[in-house]
Amino acid sequence: MKTLLVCEYREGKLLDSSYELLAFAEKLSADKALVLIGSEAEAPRVAAKVYLADVGKYGEYNPDLHKKIVLEAVQRENPDYIVFVHSSYGWDLAPRVAAALKVGQVSEIVGINDGKFEVTLCNAKLRRTVVPRTPRAVLTIQAGAFSYAGTPGTPQLEGLDPADAASALEFVGYEPAEKKEIDLTRAEIIVSAGRGVGKKDNIPVIAALAKALGGELGASRPVVDAGWVEHSHQVGTTGQTVSPKLYVACGISGAIQHLAGMKKSDFIVAINKDKDAPIGEVADVLVVADVLQFVPVLTEKVSRQ
Amino acid sequence: MKVLVCIKQVPDMESRFKPNGGGVWYDEADLAYRINEYDEYAVEQAVQLKEQLGDAPDVTVLSIGPDRVGEALKKSLAMGCDRAVHIQDPAAALKDPWQIASIIANFAADKGFDLIFTGLQSQDRGSAQVGVTVAEILGLPCATTLVGFAYDNGTVTARRELEGGIKGVVKMKTPAVVTCQLGLNTPRYPTLPNIMKSKKKEFLVFPVADLLKEQELTATDALYHPAKKGGGIVLEGDVNDMADKLIGILKEKTAVVR
Ligand SMILES: Cc1cc2nc3c(=O)[nH]c(=O)nc-3n(C[C@H](O)[C@H](O)[C@H](O)COP(=O)(O)OP(=O)(O)OC[C@H]3O[C@@H](n4cnc5c(N)ncnc54)[C@H](O)[C@@H]3O)c2cc1C
Repeated sequence: MKTLLVCEYREGKLLDSSYELLAFAEKLSADKALVLIGSEAEAPRVAAKVYLADVGKYGEYNPDLHKKIVLEAVQRENPDYIVFVHSSYGWDLAPRVAAALKVGQVSEIVGINDGKFEVTLCNAKLRRTVVPRTPRAVLTIQAGAFSYAGTPGTPQLEGLDPADAASALEFVGYEPAEKKEIDLTRAEIIVSAGRGVGKKDNIPVIAALAKALGGELGASRPVVDAGWVEHSHQVGTTGQTVSPKLYVACGISGAIQHLAGMKKSDFIVAINKDKDAPIGEVADVLVVADVLQFVPVLTEKVSRQ
Repeated sequence: MKVLVCIKQVPDMESRFKPNGGGVWYDEADLAYRINEYDEYAVEQAVQLKEQLGDAPDVTVLSIGPDRVGEALKKSLAMGCDRAVHIQDPAAALKDPWQIASIIANFAADKGFDLIFTGLQSQDRGSAQVGVTVAEILGLPCATTLVGFAYDNGTVTARRELEGGIKGVVKMKTPAVVTCQLGLNTPRYPTLPNIMKSKKKEFLVFPVADLLKEQELTATDALYHPAKKGGGIVLEGDVNDMADKLIGILKEKTAVVR
């Protein structure tokens, strides 16, 4: 079995998540070749073939052109699986490659179960195994699901230059993330509000608990998107990654993108009315309750301590 | 200008899910359905574009699924779409993303849409494939994961959200496809007058057999509950008791509460 692993490169650097692809290939016990649209200096440190296309010519982000490059590597390598990280780069490019080859795609794989690909659904409340119906397939793996512990090696580089660099997409540039008004990464205690808090007017209830515990207010994304709390408080893949001594999640379901930002916390308390909420998987204590009933009582008692 | 918005109806994620008798999908009985969150942003963006261009764009909203998806389409009409297309398919849940995309592309092929809006992904399956695949089949440029959308004179400027809150800005000419990320805009609530008005809007129904020409490229083998990792303490019952117990646990297990 052979895999072609498509690395990611942003702002002049190979992304570390590219190594997760190697971990996945090892888990499959598959041979591997890699493809990178980047620079020689940033080629992955692994003893394998790396197809390299010049980022100067093909851009860091241009799925039209990157598709052509991946297809060229597929031609040369003839892989069974073409694998991406399920990221803003991977979920954007993978379906284009799959459609061009007219092969099946399995998205956001979290495991391999008896040779079949395991994925989650319904906010990780269910799982399913998926099988491609085509001899070749495109796969994306969940960020963080496969960790790599291989030894560094020297890549054998082979250039790819499919010449035609015309594209219907023009990449204008990056915009930096919004300035962080508070640095949650330094907080020892974070109490976060999720959509289960109900409305903006209820945010002070959660903020009061944060204050009573001597911590900072955090938030899940919908709370930020709705304008209840500023973006600098957002925890998760598109917010901050935190690991406080205590993390209290109030009315937060525990979507993978939120978990990725807080699951390394030392101690996690979740308050949720849904006993099956996926946050329960990472919580040291799950309080099954209505946040608006429970949190004020807790705040009261903590303040009296 | 012609605009297409593709929406899916999904169950409320706070529901209890269990595998159904077929073993490859969940039991749909007793579930409450709503518009996929990502698709609400798609509907809203299409309606905002219509407002920006002085009502000129003609907005069609499309959904594939059983009878119940009619509700999602009606809500989209009440939000401001002009016409609904229901592709009637009781077995939509068993189709793979490739088949769903091919149905949409077949519908769109001869309609000359200038812009197609979809959600980034669905809340239930989360494959994030359909929008991009529609674009590929139709040979259109596509930008995904939009948290910013601007249209000016045939050019779309898209702000894509990347990890860590960085954005990538891309431009492309219409006809084009965009997939919408959470927070792109603030989806409106339909007002009563608009709900009344929407009842007179065109509502077309096609059987899926008219548009489905493709075999599946992937299939679900089995669907099941994840193994509980457990380990955590679960507190249930009286609010006061739980608060006392929690404080006790925090004192014992963490250094932060004394
Ligand atoms: C590319 C991408 C990036 C993302 N980045 C992030 C990110 O950085 N951070 C992030 O948080 N999300 C992110 N998301 C969104 C993520 O997928 C979820 O949509 C989001 O985390 C859900 O937030 P939530 O848990 O507050 O809301 P929901 O999922 O709606 O959950 C609300 C919870 O509150 C509970 N609840 C409701 N009412 C009550 C009550 N009265 N009392 C107690 N509990 C109650 C419910 O049972 C439910 O579990 C991202 C998504 C994508 C696709």
